[in-house]
Amino acid sequence: MKTLFILLLLCSLNAYAVDNEATLVIRDHRFEPEEVRVPAGQKIKLMVHNQDSTPEEFESYELNREKVAAPGAKVTIYIGPLSPGRYPFFGEFNAETARGTIVAE
Amino acid sequence: MLGSAIIVFREVLEAALIIGIIAAATRNLPGRNIWLLAGITAGLLGSVIVASLTGQIAELAEGVGQELLNAGILGVAAVMLAWHNIWMARHGRQLALNARQMGTDVASGGREMSALALVVALAILREGSETVLFLYGLLAGGEQSFASVIGGGAFGLVAGALAGYGLYAGFLTIPARLFFAATSGLILLLAAAMASQAARFLVQADLIPSLANPLWNSSWFLDNNSLPGRFLHTLIGYEAMPSGIQVVFYTATLILILTGMRFFRPRPPTFTTS
Repeated sequence: MKTLFILLLLCSLNAYAVDNEATLVIRDHRFEPEEVRVPAGQKIKLMVHNQDSTPEEFESYELNREKVAAPGAKVTIYIGPLSPGRYPFFGEFNAETARGTIVAE
Repeated sequence: MLGSAIIVFREVLEAALIIGIIAAATRNLPGRNIWLLAGITAGLLGSVIVASLTGQIAELAEGVGQELLNAGILGVAAVMLAWHNIWMARHGRQLALNARQMGTDVASGGREMSALALVVALAILREGSETVLFLYGLLAGGEQSFASVIGGGAFGLVAGALAGYGLYAGFLTIPARLFFAATSGLILLLAAAMASQAARFLVQADLIPSLANPLWNSSWFLDNNSLPGRFLHTLIGYEAMPSGIQVVFYTATLILILTGMRFFRPRPPTFTTS
């Protein structure tokens, strides 16, 4: 297992260069923009900037991701490569207002 | 109030189920309650510390500190559970047959309990730090009263703890001859579930490839967001949309622990060698 893990670590170092970046801003418990278009089939570096004075958790079952963003923090979440389609996400701490979708095309 | 109750319940439920299993699996070990209490206390203290350092942790390791911390916590917990199962494969029978004599072996039992108290602490640390952040956010947001936030949180805490206790009480009704198989079976799956979640965080940090994302989609059958989905996610690592590497970690952990249990199992005395 350990050997496998080290092998995987090594291959990830050179095989994955990220070209695509997308940015989300959290303001007043909402994501801006609420719809993010990204290219399908490529790894995306998603930057989430929480401009609220309260923490938020970016969460998506469809993307299989969860990450806490402290007040004022900029966090990075790697997603994809995605098949074309719509991937909803939400802010777990304010799920009524903080909703959005990643659109891979 | 309802919002805080639901979120706190969901976070507490995961930790409470893990504590319920561990409490059941260790019921014959000496000093169990003190060790569990120590694990819970350490986990709660750690939650507050991690929550207050969220910003700093996130910035470590080029922005993936949170993922590394989570993967590390899950990895250590999985190793401790693996060790427990292998230890029990060796001593479990002796423990069941001769609990009183075993009870005097405080050194061995204590080492074992300290490993599981660490799992309890880590489980609480992971879920608790998110809960602390969430409640802090609600209070700092100022949209809800202090009493409403704390009342909802307390309700969620009690409901989650009751669910964990229910699992524990259910385990104690299992007949003695099946008890060891039931607890070690569930701890085996729990360890594999933790390894799979650790893999997910490493993928999120872009440290390992996902291999396939998702490998399958069974959310039409059982959604991860549903209560049964969450329950099974915590206990046996159910994922509606797992990545390929998660399945690799899950399976590898199962195989490693089962091999360890078989390898260290005391052999019945044999008189022929060929």
